[in-house]
Amino acid sequence: MADILEVSALTKRFGGLVANNDISFNVRENEILSVIGPNGAGKSTLFKLIASFLSPTSGEVRFRGKRISGLAPHTVARMGIVRTFQETTIFKTMTVRDNVIIAHHLRSRANLLGFFFATKTAQEDEKEFARSADEIIDFLGLGHQRNEIASNLPHGHLRALGIAIGLATNPTVLLLDEPFAGMNHDETRRALDIVRGVRDRGVTVLLVEHDMPAVMKISDRIVVINFGQKIAEGTPKEIQENPQVIEAYLGAEDASIGM
Amino acid sequence: MSKALKAVLAVAFLAVVFVGVPMLIAATGRSDLYYTLTSVALLSIISAGVWITFYIGRINIGQGAFALLGGYVSAILVMTYGVSFWLTLPLAGIFCALVSVLIGLPILRLRGVYFAMVTLTLTEVARLLALAVPITNGARGIVSIPLPGSVTIFGVTVIPDFATLSNPRLAFYFTAVTLMVICFAGLYRLVHSRIGHICQSLQQNEELASSIGVDIAYMRILAYALSSFLGGIGGAMFAAISQSIYPSSFTIADSVNFMLNCFLGGLGYVLGPMLGTFVLYFGWDLLFQTGSFQLLIFSSILIALMLVLPNGLLSIRLRSQSQG
Repeated sequence: MADILEVSALTKRFGGLVANNDISFNVRENEILSVIGPNGAGKSTLFKLIASFLSPTSGEVRFRGKRISGLAPHTVARMGIVRTFQETTIFKTMTVRDNVIIAHHLRSRANLLGFFFATKTAQEDEKEFARSADEIIDFLGLGHQRNEIASNLPHGHLRALGIAIGLATNPTVLLLDEPFAGMNHDETRRALDIVRGVRDRGVTVLLVEHDMPAVMKISDRIVVINFGQKIAEGTPKEIQENPQVIEAYLGAEDASIGM
Repeated sequence: MSKALKAVLAVAFLAVVFVGVPMLIAATGRSDLYYTLTSVALLSIISAGVWITFYIGRINIGQGAFALLGGYVSAILVMTYGVSFWLTLPLAGIFCALVSVLIGLPILRLRGVYFAMVTLTLTEVARLLALAVPITNGARGIVSIPLPGSVTIFGVTVIPDFATLSNPRLAFYFTAVTLMVICFAGLYRLVHSRIGHICQSLQQNEELASSIGVDIAYMRILAYALSSFLGGIGGAMFAAISQSIYPSSFTIADSVNFMLNCFLGGLGYVLGPMLGTFVLYFGWDLLFQTGSFQLLIFSSILIALMLVLPNGLLSIRLRSQSQG
């Protein structure tokens, strides 16, 4: 499989703090790659660097050979690299359906004036967005809540809505920021199915996550970072047996890394 | 509300504004009301601009600056360059929009109270500029601006020369109300199209909006330019009606009022600024009898209204709907 994202020698400093230090790895087309690491290891920073919400101090991220570091987030989103958010970041006062419809922004063929005057193209766009939004909502199991105001959704469904918003942009690479955080067993199982489903739609998934058992179950490959540095990369099995990884997680119970 | 009901209400509103009001004024002989209602119409246009910036999540207390700028642009073009007022009207709006792009580029990065504070100073900056720059004629202002002339297209007089009219007040009333109707119809369409949803996405979460590919910097500038355009149009009209413009024609108090109009009417409703302006303007006049207590009573009522109806006057209608 071809590499779709190349992260090379990525370094990010905040004043004296080195959040990410010389991190390199590649993401392959249509795989599920997880980035894990203890609290404060620099996962979130890495995530923001890849989605271009932050600019690296040095190093770069390339998407299909093109440098994306330093571009505006909406430009990177337009290229097909879209992130979801760790917090329950949604458009709170809109309905579930409107949340997903608005997220089709990148697929518009009509321009703003076209939407103002409701040209034929704009009307076709609207129709297509509504149809596609309904499909995505059903896919994520939010069908019975489509007309609910988003802020009224229970926790687990908010995550699903976050992923729905990401999917609506028709991404090539979807970055999921802790999609399983704060979920109970059943919710996690459902979320795992969703993430697999997303991958089966042809999307490359890169996720940052705490929940070890979930990561071990779902990932094709895993990158482990600690104190801002990459300490291991490999299949879930390789990672489980890696002494450095075990050491990094020492103090955590063995069960928490799925052994 | 169903579409048919909306259409009926819209037609009824047009009938009242264009036919009902002139007939009523003719019957009662209260022709001073023309000036009042013209002011309300124009102030609601300027407030509509502020409402747009609210709609993308910015508190704008600087609209007075653009109203002042628009007034001066129109006055100077008419007086110094002899341009027809009807041409200066859009030019004033466009000039304000361009200036707002330059100002907006740096300040629209600010959010919340920081943006509000910067815009608050804008009106004062505009006033001081008007005092200092030679072309504005300082504190004496620009006076005796001629009334708007006629417009002829292919030999047909579309708009008569206001100076020859027996009742220029009526002509100004029709002009202002027409502009108001166009402004709010456009705003209504804007908000109910996809553009409105994009603005809302900005208001609710700019990070999320940019993650779905919305160019938030561009949208912010666009909204602010549109807002300032309306401010400029309103200011130019006021200069034409009063046939004068001074540095103190629009002050910080006016900027605050434009914002209050939006608050009072309702930030979630397109017609909010129109209703808010109407109520605020007439409410202030009604309290005139109370003399020195006018401001005290007025502001107390405003505070009470905002506490009871945080979503504005138009939310009453919505609430009764959701109950029944």
